[in-house]
Amino acid sequence: MTETQSFFETPSPRGQTGIKAWLLTHDHKRLGLMYMWAILFWFVLAMLLGLLLRTELMGQGRTIMGPEVYNSMFTLHGVIMIFLFVIPAIPAIFGNFFLPIQLGTDDVFFPRLNLFSWYLFMFGGMFAIFSLFFGGGFPDTGWTFYVPFSVGTKGNVSLTVTAAFILGMSSMLTGLNFVTTFHRMRHKEMGLMQIPLFTWSLYATAWVQILATPVISITFVLVMMERFLAIGLFEPDKGGDPLLYQHLFWMYSHPAVYIMILPGMGVISEIIPVFSRKSIFGYKAIVVSSMAIAVAGSLVWAHHMYTSGMSDVSVFVFSLLTFIVAIPSAVKVFSWVSTMYRGSIQMSPPLFLSLCFIYLFTVGGLTGLVLGAAGTDIHVHDTHFVVAHFHFVMFGGTGFAFFAALHYWWPKMFGVMYSFRPAYIGAVLTAVGFVFHYVPMLILGMQGMPRRYYDYLPQFETGNFLAGFGGYLLCVGILVMFINLFFSLRNDRTAPADPWGGTTLEWSIASPPPMENFVAPPEIKGFPYDFSEVIARSRKEGR
Amino acid sequence: MTSKIDTTGIRIGMWLFLYSEIILFGGLFVLYAVYFHNHAQYFAEGGKELNRVIGALNTIVLLVSSFTVAASITAIQREKKGQAIGLLLFSLFCGVIFLVNKYFEWGAKIHHDIYPNSATLQDGAPGLNIFFGLYYVITGLHGLHVIIGMVLLSISLAMILRNRITAARFSMLENSGLYWHLVDLIWIFVFPLFYLVL
Repeated sequence: MTETQSFFETPSPRGQTGIKAWLLTHDHKRLGLMYMWAILFWFVLAMLLGLLLRTELMGQGRTIMGPEVYNSMFTLHGVIMIFLFVIPAIPAIFGNFFLPIQLGTDDVFFPRLNLFSWYLFMFGGMFAIFSLFFGGGFPDTGWTFYVPFSVGTKGNVSLTVTAAFILGMSSMLTGLNFVTTFHRMRHKEMGLMQIPLFTWSLYATAWVQILATPVISITFVLVMMERFLAIGLFEPDKGGDPLLYQHLFWMYSHPAVYIMILPGMGVISEIIPVFSRKSIFGYKAIVVSSMAIAVAGSLVWAHHMYTSGMSDVSVFVFSLLTFIVAIPSAVKVFSWVSTMYRGSIQMSPPLFLSLCFIYLFTVGGLTGLVLGAAGTDIHVHDTHFVVAHFHFVMFGGTGFAFFAALHYWWPKMFGVMYSFRPAYIGAVLTAVGFVFHYVPMLILGMQGMPRRYYDYLPQFETGNFLAGFGGYLLCVGILVMFINLFFSLRNDRTAPADPWGGTTLEWSIASPPPMENFVAPPEIKGFPYDFSEVIARSRKEGR
Repeated sequence: MTSKIDTTGIRIGMWLFLYSEIILFGGLFVLYAVYFHNHAQYFAEGGKELNRVIGALNTIVLLVSSFTVAASITAIQREKKGQAIGLLLFSLFCGVIFLVNKYFEWGAKIHHDIYPNSATLQDGAPGLNIFFGLYYVITGLHGLHVIIGMVLLSISLAMILRNRITAARFSMLENSGLYWHLVDLIWIFVFPLFYLVL
């Protein structure tokens, strides 16, 4: 390894100094970090909002806030978590940082567009904050903005959907950038079956981002037009059909959950083989299943609408398609577990978090089948069961994958190693708190407690109290993890290039990477998960 | 970045963006399809109230301008700067004609009290309200795209004048041209759906 300056010391474009070196940068690594700080801010904010909500629900009746505030708050929690955290988190941070490196190139194809996407992201976030203070206050519609309520409510829906529109644009341009980079910037010697799985998952995600996001954009434009012009496109009196809004909304928003989960699955596919010292089981199956999820996931949106009054035929078809999506997801879980089987497992915080992911995601996936089957869905539709299912997949899934990615790539991004002990403590607290938080919600839902309600019947109090208790545990765990990571930034930049024994290209360069990523031309392996060298090296070192 | 410019990559990026634009309008066409199914009779009735002559004229104007944009790209490739500038100016002129026509068309409709939430539409048949609601939304959004396309073409024009677009490097003009073709393409669907319905 030759001595090189890291990208922290080398601005791109050259000659920029101080804050300008960040705000005007074209460097995908700097942009990834800029996304990271913004996204972490939003995540912590929305997490605390969620905690306040659960505190309110811990006791019957009014605890700390009134019903109007409660309605606005769960909307805000949803909007921030969806549009400012889960959708951008992994692609914008780790995708930006590592996709070009894993492809053996020096940047994304459109570096300036990348910077522009970051500004769109920041503007979208600012709009969301503005909508809190201007007009009728933050909307109380839930993040779904269902008509006719979203057209009639006094909350400032227009500004909030503008924010979501801008954020969608940012996400779409990032996707466009990734697809182009994938095809045009990939190292000449890297064939399709030599691409790391994280990059493959980002590629599948990027297509969904490009093809689904415009649908939500136009839907939000229509909501704004309805509010300003009262055209009546979704109003039955005026010849419109409110159900069509739901179709348009979910045509994006269901594929969007695959935008959220696919990159998370990609992260897990990277981490499991590295810490099992064993090649990933079923590389091609995972690649195909990523693409299959992207395609099939775009065709299942109406399973959110079984009770909305669709025809029985559509309910049947969408239920069937929903079950089909479960297959590629299960293929991945099967591959991860098989990778670990007879592997030489080395426990580490990223692996621990990945194992939590597999467990929690499996629960989320299986409860998803309960909701995907039309008969059982009618029983639990719009109850806390849905809330728990969704959080099992999005938080237990993507959230834990995000934490795992942070712990996995932190040494590479900052060149520092964090201490393991607090990381484990934080991760255990988070996982235990998670189970305490959401399992009661599954039960409450089956007992019939509706979602989004401010108050409930006496028999639901125990469950809600437990959930609130779990919520606090969960938040403490997350804060321990984050604080541990931040404290590590004070350490010297001494992390080795390959602290874990990884085989993908990012581990072949210095930590943190130099500005142009590869000082010497990268050596492309025949298969990205070939651990024979890593094993030989650790044998030689007598580990 | 490699010093050589990868024009294929730039084109791929542009095409991906155009796909997303098509899907943006696709959402509206989905609405059109469903409401046409629900209110076929009123859609036919509404279509008869639109001015087919202006609609047809606008179609021709856009088609011609699409041709001249394409021709200007060829002209740049052949290093005929003056010709390219002339063709682009003509395309922009066509864009202006389109918008002026649209202005008169919308003006006449609004004059007859047909616009979103107008008394006539509110009290009339729901099907007609939906037809004209969609008409304003789709042609309005299309009009916005015409304006964006004209801005892009104007930027390209300025870049040709400053020799920033040359026979060796004309991606900006090509992409603006592609965008302009998209505007044209969408109109080719909008025109029969509203003016020639049934």
